[in-house]
Amino acid sequence: MPGVAIAGIGQVEFSKNIGRSEVRTAVEAIQLALGDAGLPAAQVDGLVRFDMETTSEVEIARNLGIPNLRFFGEVGYGGGGGCAAVGHAAMAIETASADTVVCWRARNRGSGGRPWAGTRLEVGGDAQFSVPFGLVRPVDQIAMLARRHMYEYGTTSEQLGAVAVAFRKHAARNPHAMMREVLTLEDHQASRMVSDPLRKLDCCLETDGALAVVLTSLERARDLAQRPAVVVAAAQGTGPEHVVMANYHGPRILETPSLWAARDLWARAGVLPSDIDCAQFYDAFTPLVIFSLEEYGFCKPGEGGAFCEGGRLEWPNGDLPSNTSGGGLSEAYVHGFNLILEGVRQVRGTSTSQVRDATLCLVTSGAGVPTSALILGRD
Amino acid sequence: MSTAAPSRPLPLPDEVTAPFWEGCRRGELRMQRCAACERFRFLPRPMCPHCLSLESEWLRMSGDGTLFSFVICHPPVLPAFQAQVPFAVALVELAEDPGLRMVGGVLGCPPDRLRIGQKLRVDFEEIAVGVVLPQWRLAP
Repeated sequence: MPGVAIAGIGQVEFSKNIGRSEVRTAVEAIQLALGDAGLPAAQVDGLVRFDMETTSEVEIARNLGIPNLRFFGEVGYGGGGGCAAVGHAAMAIETASADTVVCWRARNRGSGGRPWAGTRLEVGGDAQFSVPFGLVRPVDQIAMLARRHMYEYGTTSEQLGAVAVAFRKHAARNPHAMMREVLTLEDHQASRMVSDPLRKLDCCLETDGALAVVLTSLERARDLAQRPAVVVAAAQGTGPEHVVMANYHGPRILETPSLWAARDLWARAGVLPSDIDCAQFYDAFTPLVIFSLEEYGFCKPGEGGAFCEGGRLEWPNGDLPSNTSGGGLSEAYVHGFNLILEGVRQVRGTSTSQVRDATLCLVTSGAGVPTSALILGRD
Repeated sequence: MSTAAPSRPLPLPDEVTAPFWEGCRRGELRMQRCAACERFRFLPRPMCPHCLSLESEWLRMSGDGTLFSFVICHPPVLPAFQAQVPFAVALVELAEDPGLRMVGGVLGCPPDRLRIGQKLRVDFEEIAVGVVLPQWRLAP
């Protein structure tokens, strides 16, 4: 969809306890995104939300004084939906269903408690085949895949640690990041097991925060306040036999939905992984980055662990500087939406760990769930 | 004051999954198989993804499996599992078909003795009145 661009971005502060409601921070972030673009709220005529968002389209519209929503919709599957929300917004603009579309995520996940802690006493649906056995937390569901990856390919805990160390270095340069102190591989290895083989420092942060982006046509974006971030391509995928998070029943267990999203993404963009200047990988847990490196084609299956060694993910000298704001591991975990804003900053040229002459940035959403991805480009 | 252990999350059977849980109550590990093309499927569902038949049957499995992967859960966990930490949860491949994988608990084996590839044998654990889970032990 090279005719659509992200024209504005906005975010409130990241915090363990922000002390304001999600609807309040949502409209703050959207107002900031509109201000960044130089667009009045009354011109917004489309909204795309996450299904897990507690704020609704009409609530957002009432707060911002939006006279009419011509296009609205939601994307499911939690953190898998961030890039898809942007993709749906871009399709709405391409089809003239709307002119100015906002996507947002507001989540008090730092102060609001862990969703798994509210597990019901009777568990139906797909989860009846995993939760009663004690496989309850997202970290458990991903650790199951991580151990199999270690078994099949020799991936190590130290390679997972290299992901966390790299992203912390980037967070240290980002004044908005929640975790900025130095992290060493020794710190990672000394952190306690949560779901063996995954340690505490393989897990993302728990954050209160809100972020928003505003999209419009590239032609119109060129007349607005910021350099447009072109939506070069967007894609979604599930793969076969998908079970959300406990995705163990497909023909090849180490193939996640990302593999399927990647095929469409590269085909639509008409570029190759080697054309990408930097990446923002969904990093709720470190192994997801290793899976994504393989499935988006930066290395072969099984080579993702080795790819993370030797500083190859690190700014400024790595082959593929990744999660340059610190990502979910060290900047903030807001269902991966902060990765989209960092992708925009990279192609604008305004990141705190700016990749020189960055023209194409890959952004991915949750791996291990029905997922999505974007390629953003410099105009 | 009650001293009962916190309740574990229990499976809530539905129209499609009830035969699986009824099998467990009878000490049988059952899998759903298409009545038309005779291919197994798991998780259970109304339609065969291969031939789209809506007719299915439930077959008793041997109860033999292989450890495909596992995790060892450390705190924080649900209160119901707190007394068991650290505990293992396994992903088991059934002997009948390597594509049939299921999650289960591990009984009678310290988690640090588990290795991918070990042979396992199903066992049945009643975790609440009338609620029986298929669990796994190292094969003798």
